[in-house]
Parts: sequence; structure tokens; C-alpha cells
Amino acid sequence: MIELLAERFNFIIVIILMMTGLYAVIATGNLVKRLVGLSLFQTSVFLLYITMGKVFGGQPPILPEYGGGHGEGYGDEGAHGTGDAAHAAAGDAAHAAEGVLQQAADALTDPVASTQAHAVLDGADGVGQAIYSNPLPHVLILTAIVVGVATLSVGLALVVRIRESYGTIEDEAINSADYAVDRGEAGR
Amino acid sequence: MESFDWTQLLDYALMAMLLAVGVAIVRLRNLFAAVMLMGVYSLLSAAWFVSLDAVDVAFTEAAVGAGISTVLMLGAMLLTAREAEPVKAGRHWAALAVVLATGAALFFAIGDMPAYGDPNAPANAYVGLDYIIRTPQEIAVPNVVTAVLASYRGFDTFGETVVIFAAGLGVMLLLGFGGKKPKKEGGE
Amino acid sequence: MNPHLVLRVVSKLLIPIIVIFGFYVHFHGDYSPGGGFQAGVIIASAVILYALIFGMGAAREAVPAWFVRAGSAVGVLIYGGTGFVTWLLGGNFLSYDMLDPESTHHAGQHLGIILVELGVLTTVFSVMVVIFYTFASRAPDIPEEEW
Repeated sequence: MIELLAERFNFIIVIILMMTGLYAVIATGNLVKRLVGLSLFQTSVFLLYITMGKVFGGQPPILPEYGGGHGEGYGDEGAHGTGDAAHAAAGDAAHAAEGVLQQAADALTDPVASTQAHAVLDGADGVGQAIYSNPLPHVLILTAIVVGVATLSVGLALVVRIRESYGTIEDEAINSADYAVDRGEAGR
Repeated sequence: MESFDWTQLLDYALMAMLLAVGVAIVRLRNLFAAVMLMGVYSLLSAAWFVSLDAVDVAFTEAAVGAGISTVLMLGAMLLTAREAEPVKAGRHWAALAVVLATGAALFFAIGDMPAYGDPNAPANAYVGLDYIIRTPQEIAVPNVVTAVLASYRGFDTFGETVVIFAAGLGVMLLLGFGGKKPKKEGGE
Repeated sequence: MNPHLVLRVVSKLLIPIIVIFGFYVHFHGDYSPGGGFQAGVIIASAVILYALIFGMGAAREAVPAWFVRAGSAVGVLIYGGTGFVTWLLGGNFLSYDMLDPESTHHAGQHLGIILVELGVLTTVFSVMVVIFYTFASRAPDIPEEEW
């Protein structure tokens, strides 16, 4: 039990952080504070995704300059002038890389064997000599962060409008103002 | 986990700081302090993202979370209120009950999740690995995150871009387009 | 007259560097961390820094409101247009290989990625600046003494 939890400490920490944000959303009546709590919750969800994509001993998913089949591409752009050596190696490396791709794809069909796939990657010249963390959560969260700030600003704009109409951003005061209008007591 | 990974100590330190900042945000009533601590929280999570190999995400989180969203929240706070009302006791206990129940349910599900850093986890073994293997052959871009973001999941990113545009449009519609009214120009 | 002299001088030095760094992040996004999203946010933060230090009037002269308003739509159009061009060239929507079908090293992919990231950059930059402008151009109705 302890070991099980110790291996999954990332989930424990993320759950605590998420619940902290959720508490702020539910408990506080201040709308700006609620949005702060919501972004706390959001950032914790980002952490959940990213910790799930981590692979032990992994590297950031940026491949080295694979000097093989694509050396000319970089040569053209002048940024990575690996030069003629890359061209000479191009043919061989392309073949080797294809073989590795096939092997790795085979390994993929069996979940238990995917460590093998990582091992295959280790030896693949065209891919790199390392284990990489999973890039997919990175992509999802990368866009979610920017979309998150855009939607947060929509929420803030709504709060600003509410402040201008009601003169308050505490939800109970807003509610009582609404009830007052319903009862026809309002002087607004 | 044969050999002790010293970067884990960094992870633990960052997690402790994240927890402390998260609890402080919830407890603070001063909105200015809460918003600034939200920026600190984003920066800390960006630091943890680097340790989790998500360099692109860390980059974005540092620029967006600690930069733009703090400025936007400060701007909105300037237009609304500086201080939140204290949380009422009834609401505090209700929120705490909801949070504890949700947290317990999530905690119960931890046992079904893959262990931290497991290369054979379903999230890491199939599609993520496939992207890493195929990118050199199909896209020829070293940064796998960029390849997945712009090419493999180009549709997805198109949708995100439209969402950002829509959010900007929503803010403009809610708060006015700005620039037409010279009386508010040149604020400090 | 000018209580923020140090801030002004330092930010005058920093802002061009921030913008150049933003473009570096965008155009080097294939090789290193970065891309349109980050670059857009970084360049927008340069404009926001300028507005915070030199005032909204100066910022609106440097980056007019109509420019960013148009830019937020133009970015989406650049992204969609790239997809549309690949469509016209006979491929599927956003199949960048169609941009340079003869290339043996996926130059089309590079070109397509840079183009759509340019669209993302334009939209993200413009929307962030638009949002900042709309918030900042509302005068606060809380007196400054309440701080």
C-alpha cells in the first residue's frame, strides 16, 4: 500500500492541489478570487497531465540532429551545416532507420514489450540515443495554457461588467440585488 | 529506480512550495496578494515542468502564467475590488465537505493509475512513442512537440487558435472595442 | 517629472531584445523549445511592458488598436489559408508535404509548420494585446487612495 502510493506520489500531490483550487472556487464568494481558484485548479490539471507523460531517465522530446537522411535539409537552411559527411551517410542511415521503425512498431503491438521499443530507440541512429518523455501531453497542455489565459480573460471581463452593473463582486450581494429587483424593491 | 535520482529532491522541494503557495492563495483575503501568489504558483509549476522534461510547456507557463495572466488579473482587479469578504462558516464547512468527498474519490482511484515515470504506462507506450519514432522520417523536425503540434495535430491547433480568437472577440464585445472613446485615453 | 527613469531606460533597452527573442523563439521552434504560442505571448509581453512603463497613449501609437484587432483575425486566416493552399495543391487540409512535393527532406513540412505557427503567433500576439488594451483603457472607478 505504502509502496503503491509512493510510486504514485505525483497523483497525490496533484489531487491535493486540485482540491485546494476547488475549495477556493466553492467557498469564496468573491468572483475574482474564484477565478484565481479556477486557475489554481487548471494549473494542477496541467501538472497531472505532464507528470503522467514523464518517463524515468527520459529527456525532453527534442531529437538530436540526426545526421542521416535529413542532413541536407539542415544544410539548406544553413543552420546545421553538417556537410558532406551527412550526405554520405544518408542512404545507410535511412535504411537503418526504417528497419528500426518496423521493429519498434512490432514492439508497440505488445504493451509489455514497449520497454523493448524504448530499448530499440536507444540503438536507433535515426532517432537518437536516448529515452524521451512522452511529447503528446506536452502538446495538449501547451495549447491549453494559452487557451486557458484567453478564457480566463473572458471571465475577468464578465466580472468587470458585473462590477459595473451591480457595484460589487461578492456573489451574495449580487444575489440579494437580483432578489430585490424581483420583489420590485429596487431603486435601480 | 535502481539508483537514487537526486533530481527527485528538487521535485519534492517544488511540490512542497506549490502546496504552501496554493494554501496561502486560498487563505488570503487580499486579492492583490492572491493574484501575485498565483504568478508565483505558475512560475513554480513551470520550474517543475522543466524537471518533468516538458520544456515547451514550462516556457509557455512561465510566459503566460507568470506574465500575461498576472497582468490581466491585476488589471481586472483594478477595475473591481481589492479585498475579498471573509468566507462564511457554513460555506467553509460545506466546501470542505465537497472537497474532501471529491478528494477521497480521486484518491481511491490512484491505485488504478500507472506508476510515476513508468515507460510502459498506456499513456507513454502507444501513441506518444509512435510520434517520437515517426517524426524523423515523416516530418524531419527535431522538436517532436512542434511536429505534433503543427503537423500531426494541426487540426487541433487550428481549433485552439480559433478559440483564442473567439476569446479575444468575447472580451472586446464585453468591454467595448476600445480606442473609439478618447476620454479614457492615456491612462496611467 | 519622471519618477521612473531607471525603469524607462532599462525597459527601452530590453523591449527590442524581448521582441527579437520572440521572433527567435518562433523561427527556431523546429529545433528548440518554442513556437508560435510562446513567441506570441513573449512579443505581446513586450508591448504590455511598453504600455506599463510609457503609458497607454504611447503604446497605442506604437501598436495601434486597429492593428491588433485585425491581426487576431488575420492569424486565423493565415492558419486556415495554409490548409486551404494544400487543399488547392491536391492534398488534404493541412497536409504540408504538398507545399513542396519534390523535396526529399520534407521541406514542405518545414514551410507549412512555420506558416501555421506564424498564424498562431499573429493571433496569440494580437489577442493578448487586445485583451490588455480593453482592460487597460477602462478607467478604474475606485479612487487611487483606496490602495
